[in-house]
Amino acid sequence: MSFATVFFALLFYAATAIFLIGVGMRIARYARAPAPLKIPTTPAPTTRTGVVGRMVTEVVFFHSLFKANKWIWILGWVFHLALLLVLLRHLRYFIEPVWTWVVLIQPFGVYAGFAMIAGLAGLWVRRLFVERIRYISSPSDHLMLALLIAIAASGLGMKYIWHTDIPAVKMFFMGLMRFDFHPLPTDPMLLIHLSLVAALMIIFPFSKLLHAPGVFFSPTRNQADNPRERRHVTWISSAEKPAAPAEQ
Amino acid sequence: MADFETPEVKEYLDIPALKRGVMGNSKPFVSKEQFQEPLGFPGELVDNWQQVAVDKLGELLKTNRGLQVFMDSCVKCGACTDKCHYFLGTSDPRNMPVARQDLLRGVYRRYYTLPGKLFPKLVGAMDLTEDLLDQWYSYYHQCSECRRCSVYCPYGIDTAEVTMAARDIMNAVGKGQKYSNEIIGKVFKIGNNLGLPQPALEDTLEGLEEEVKEDTGADVRYPLDEEGAEVLLVTPSADFFAEPHVDGLIGYGKVFHQAGISWTLSSHASEAANFGLFIGSMENMKRIAMRIREAALDLGVKRIVFGECGHAWRVAYSFLNTLAGPFDFLDPRYPVPQHICEVTYDLIQRGALTFDKSANDHRRVTFHDSCNVARASRMGDMPGGQFIIPREIIKAVCNHYYDMPPDTIGEATFCCGGGGGLLTDDLMELRVKGALPRMQALKQVVEENGVTHLAAICAICKSQFSKVLPYYGFQMDQIVSVHQLVSDAIVLGQKQ
Ligand code: SF4
Ligand code: SF4
Repeated sequence: MSFATVFFALLFYAATAIFLIGVGMRIARYARAPAPLKIPTTPAPTTRTGVVGRMVTEVVFFHSLFKANKWIWILGWVFHLALLLVLLRHLRYFIEPVWTWVVLIQPFGVYAGFAMIAGLAGLWVRRLFVERIRYISSPSDHLMLALLIAIAASGLGMKYIWHTDIPAVKMFFMGLMRFDFHPLPTDPMLLIHLSLVAALMIIFPFSKLLHAPGVFFSPTRNQADNPRERRHVTWISSAEKPAAPAEQ
Repeated sequence: MADFETPEVKEYLDIPALKRGVMGNSKPFVSKEQFQEPLGFPGELVDNWQQVAVDKLGELLKTNRGLQVFMDSCVKCGACTDKCHYFLGTSDPRNMPVARQDLLRGVYRRYYTLPGKLFPKLVGAMDLTEDLLDQWYSYYHQCSECRRCSVYCPYGIDTAEVTMAARDIMNAVGKGQKYSNEIIGKVFKIGNNLGLPQPALEDTLEGLEEEVKEDTGADVRYPLDEEGAEVLLVTPSADFFAEPHVDGLIGYGKVFHQAGISWTLSSHASEAANFGLFIGSMENMKRIAMRIREAALDLGVKRIVFGECGHAWRVAYSFLNTLAGPFDFLDPRYPVPQHICEVTYDLIQRGALTFDKSANDHRRVTFHDSCNVARASRMGDMPGGQFIIPREIIKAVCNHYYDMPPDTIGEATFCCGGGGGLLTDDLMELRVKGALPRMQALKQVVEENGVTHLAAICAICKSQFSKVLPYYGFQMDQIVSVHQLVSDAIVLGQKQ
């Protein structure tokens, strides 16, 4: 067994563990922290069902962003949709036999790779050339875009130029899931692609990528606007008055 | 007039080029010991303030889910960067909502996240230095907590919440804002923001009764502390004497009079405003809110109604039940609390009020949606009722009504520029510049529709506009209360 095989096997175990535990702990933190007051951004739905509808328009269509800025919206939305397709396309590395719908989306997944790069590039151009957005960007914001573009580009590179042994890659990942190591091909483009993906998984729970779970916990979006109809009871409801000198 | 230039009102509202640090010197007066202590805050900057501040931030992250989620989730997409009236009016990039948040987020990252501890430069993490505390004090007092940015953020990140947290932390280390904290002290001591004691209130209200009698011949009452009244009216204390607020109060009285509803004000809760919200102190907010419950119990009323006040309505509508409820001792047929506009609107719907609309024919009116009513509350039983109900009232009492452009009203409304604890003379430059987007929209309807008056349902909006309208070439009396329009058109006496 080659060094690369062992190294990448351990890397992916570690990356998966960090990703799952890290994100899990964040979610637990969000869930545990109380929302002391009702703060939905109004007009807001008055029922739970309405809130589900609002969340769907946010998560699927980026409704607020659409209202805010059409450029950021179209670039961001194309990127995320493409990312979703690309991820689904990669399911074929983890299941056997491959589900029919996963087979069917394979070609779209490839186009999505290009759309992903286009969307990311557009966002980066804005980050570099729109003065307001440049002002609010840290080095990590640029690096994140670079990382995502590099992942997409290395993937497409393998598809079109530097081919690798796909069945062997699949064997490797199927094996990983059963703690059974199969040799990983050592084409440089593949190793680059996999290293970057592992890096992304490791960074995820410590970075702004937390917006993915975060959006579901955002009280301005996920609370129903019904404070008069239903009393929202939290720690502040039962808190004592502050220990300040009494009046008079 | 002052040592700054009033921004030029152009045809369209431009997104300004950035001018770094131009508002860095805008700071309200720092609070003093005598104003800090009654609120439970240290009187001056404590010795180990860094530690206290970082600990306080940690506590807030644990007790307020919104803050924790908002600190983590921002992707720096930039969607909010052109949404704040203070940025649009001042060009200072720190007034872009995300940049304002980042003053706190940088500290959060430095002390509470792994990458911020390891690679601060890379992720924009910052040490909490004296200089940064200064910037906090400056820029967290250039946010009116209007929530416009939160409408547009893909994750609903609400800079108002971040501002409140930062102000709460600053109070905890002893660097409070004089204006807000002094006022809260007055509420605790005397019962209202203006420090009007019970006898003065009584006098004022008697004066109002005489005035209305003279004007209309009707015996409209403005009762104080009357036990057994059906309605407790809680209204901002500016309504007791300032123009145009008091004309609104006169209007509420006429509506109750005509509908035959007995009502009373309370000297214990003679203030609707709750500045605890502005300083982000839940404990103080709760303590202020409790006065209303106590007054309702003491007076034995059946309903609580709030007068025209923006953020007061937010605290009343969204928080009162949580802070001071349950209100099971009140009449369950009415929502608790109700807005005076809801009361008037229902009466209009039922045909219980008669109006002579021609009384307002000398006015061509537009309506300013107050930020906290628009984006942090509701009226009536459907989402968006807060936009419909006040407009329907105005249309019922005026023949000439025109809306400002759609991207400046409703949920997209611009703050008046004086909300969130900034309505103080030591922030005049900020207030004038922050009013620019509203003034631009107003100018448009003035030119296109001949609008003469701007109606509002918020004490802060009314005071702010009275002050800043003249800077933009308008008259200070072009701002009116919605219930002033009602008051002028309502026909008193036997219903025909
Ligand atoms: S809450 Fe309002 S004032 Fe504060 S940053 Fe957002 S838009 Fe600006
Ligand atoms: S819109 Fe929201 S996510 Fe985007 S920069 Fe502003 S605060 Fe951050």
